[in-house]
Amino acid sequence: MSAPSPAPKLPVSLAANPKLSSWVKFIGEGRVAVSPGKVEIGQGIVTALAQIAADELDVEIGRIDMIRASTAASPNEGVTSGSLSIQQSGRALRHACAEVRQRFLAAASERLGVDASLLGVEDGTISGPGNIRTSYWELSDHVSLDHDAIAGIVAKSSATRSVAGHSVQRVDIPDKVFARSRFIHDRALPGLVHGRVLRPDVSGAKLIALDEGLAGAVSGLVAIVRDGGFAGVVADSEAAAEAALKALRKGATWSAGEPLPDENGLAGFLRSQPIETTVIDTKAAATAKATRTLRRQYTRPYIAHASIAPSCAMARWDRDQVHVWTHSQGVYLLRADLAIVLKVPPANIIVEHMEGAGCYGHNAADDVALDAVLLAKAAGGRPVRVQWSRHDEMSHAPFGAAMAIEIEADLDADNEIVGWRHAIWSNGHAARPGRATQPALLAATEIENPYPRMISTNPPAANGGGGDRNSVPLYDLPAWTITSHRLLTMPVRTSALRTLGAQGNVFAIESLLDEIAALRGEDPIAFRLRHLRDERAREVIRAAARRAAWKPERRSGIGHGVGFARYKNTGAYCAAIAEIEGTDEIRVRRLTLAVDVGEAINPDGVVNQIEGGAIQVTSWVLKERVRFDQTRITSTSWTDYPILTFSEVPAVDVEIIQRPEIEPVGAGEAAHGPVTAAIANAIHDCLGIRVRDLPITRDKIIAAMELAS
Amino acid sequence: MPTIRFQLNGATVAVDADSDQTLLDVLRGRLGTTSPHFGCGAGECGACYVLVGDRAMASCDMPMWSVADKQIVTLEGLGTAEQPHPLQRAFISEQAMQCGYCVSGILISAAALLKRNPSPTEAEVRAALDRNLCRCGSHNRMVRAVLLAASEIATS
Repeated sequence: MSAPSPAPKLPVSLAANPKLSSWVKFIGEGRVAVSPGKVEIGQGIVTALAQIAADELDVEIGRIDMIRASTAASPNEGVTSGSLSIQQSGRALRHACAEVRQRFLAAASERLGVDASLLGVEDGTISGPGNIRTSYWELSDHVSLDHDAIAGIVAKSSATRSVAGHSVQRVDIPDKVFARSRFIHDRALPGLVHGRVLRPDVSGAKLIALDEGLAGAVSGLVAIVRDGGFAGVVADSEAAAEAALKALRKGATWSAGEPLPDENGLAGFLRSQPIETTVIDTKAAATAKATRTLRRQYTRPYIAHASIAPSCAMARWDRDQVHVWTHSQGVYLLRADLAIVLKVPPANIIVEHMEGAGCYGHNAADDVALDAVLLAKAAGGRPVRVQWSRHDEMSHAPFGAAMAIEIEADLDADNEIVGWRHAIWSNGHAARPGRATQPALLAATEIENPYPRMISTNPPAANGGGGDRNSVPLYDLPAWTITSHRLLTMPVRTSALRTLGAQGNVFAIESLLDEIAALRGEDPIAFRLRHLRDERAREVIRAAARRAAWKPERRSGIGHGVGFARYKNTGAYCAAIAEIEGTDEIRVRRLTLAVDVGEAINPDGVVNQIEGGAIQVTSWVLKERVRFDQTRITSTSWTDYPILTFSEVPAVDVEIIQRPEIEPVGAGEAAHGPVTAAIANAIHDCLGIRVRDLPITRDKIIAAMELAS
Repeated sequence: MPTIRFQLNGATVAVDADSDQTLLDVLRGRLGTTSPHFGCGAGECGACYVLVGDRAMASCDMPMWSVADKQIVTLEGLGTAEQPHPLQRAFISEQAMQCGYCVSGILISAAALLKRNPSPTEAEVRAALDRNLCRCGSHNRMVRAVLLAASEIATS
């Protein structure tokens, strides 16, 4: 007898926000409003979600208006992060739209007197035998969607979907090409005035005295705002606000601040701090005997989000109510933090999303929203727009955390792995707003009754972990112990950056595997395949190898390397092969990737995300580290924090392994770890050296060569 | 405050501006022309590029005194949905962006390139866009789009 199948469950986002009308509404003449809780951050999610809705409702995608998330009406889907939007919002919408379609078919059946099974829907028109017809819009007054979704609704089978699974053009791109304002930076609200906030150069310095005289004389000034150590200006133009800020800075006296670690001794710093230790996973040792142990340390530096746009927000007070426009990743979470700081009920705050520049994690979007709210108190009901400077964006926004990773691999006489110990020292990788009793917003640490700076923590393993993300090998090794040491101090502010700890951990694991394969004289791809039982994992590696014609003939000055991971060990599978050329200066010529996200809703969107991830992380690997001296962050401009340019960008070739029958997962973070390792391994193939400290710069290569000789 | 006249997207404009005020500030502020974006304020990222005559230049550090009598073209003046520039068509067909914040400046750099070199090689396109930063990693799509636009111009 077979076991009873479990009771059907609603998708998680729909269970949390069950009312159908909060997701879908038929509006106006022939329009559909679809309202996800996830937001567009440059990843194309809004288009993919529209595709899912179009498919399940059987309407043309052009009829769908995607509504920007707002705490006034949208489902609460937490934060747009972790490559989870397709999984969470996509599943919820698919289910909700399938049920909406079913409810309308039932109503049409009643009105037309025909069994629902004889009715079909085409672009919103419901028709049946004998040319009878009605439509969603004709019926919409009679079909209430103010019902909670029911579990067990069956969405279309993958074979009958006609929009999802196809490369539909993104809905936001025409506006961006034809200069029609979508960005929050470009939206002019009536009566808008401009704010700027005074922040110290010296890390951790507090404002202890302020002479407002000079700033007070600036033409166009509306107000100078001071709340403890928080100070800023409001003026009637951006230029006036900048001038007032410059004048205010001259009148500021700051405390000494807090010392920063040695930027050239990050591993020593990370490994000497007070820590909280968590054993992430253990696997019992077999009896095999180790004849020797390889011990290797890998590091990655602090990395800046460095969006092309500095963070921006607008806020407007109306008595005790405030309306906030933001490019935050989580409108409800930001609202929760604002409510704590402002000491008002969340219901008094509306937080509404507007698109910003590409967002790669917890940047200053939330911080600037509180800045705008605080400055708007002095604007007499006018909306205040605050835009950070490039300098502040590169020094006061949270960074991706630096990591030191040590792996000890026990090898037997044949150099087979018999034991594996992976230890991570890092700050936590998340200090997001809205998840604690204290706010995570910068200005909250500056106001009259300040909150302490929130020390970053790590999401639980069930959510993919933080510093430990991807630290448990997907490989079939006989024994391991994985340990995460989270720092309890945080002199450099860190929070979530794309992949959290996965980039560092995959770099470390894949580098050491490569080294062991080389010790054995075994092809690195054959070595990996021999240790992987997951067929989807094996297939992406084989696909990347085929596509890159692995292994190309050896040529002087050229190297090839491979890297692989399944993001979070539960998400997208990705294998990368890098072709590099170089002596002491490295150029990445080509990246060949294969990826399996299950059902790719928008294949070109997936390719775009993988290409983008591959190029962004090539920049991290070759160039990027946050610079600082003992007192201040010094990489505050593009000159001091260079990123990859057009001439330096490698060719990127992506193959998608489509699995329409498997639930889709996100693609935005899948490439980072594998590409990092592939480049490092290609450098070894080319130059015979292992560089274990990111970024892999000319200096590091020369140092590794000197060490090797 | 002197009155400074220049051509903006084919129309004459006259603005009273401090001569050291930046063109970007005037465009985005009083003139409401928002396609040139603020990115760094130091001419290092390309998000604020405009055409000055036939050259793509940063407007964020361009003082107004230097703009007098110049021909300025922003993305608004390059083409419209009804009459798109080949570059605009190509950026849509290649889906050549992720967030798109840098795209207005990149379209301006590409337009300047195609004016002086209507059939560039891929390397020439990359060199021409080197002063424009893109953080999302959409570079290769943009390069393909510029080459597509060039071939469209060549065959039209």
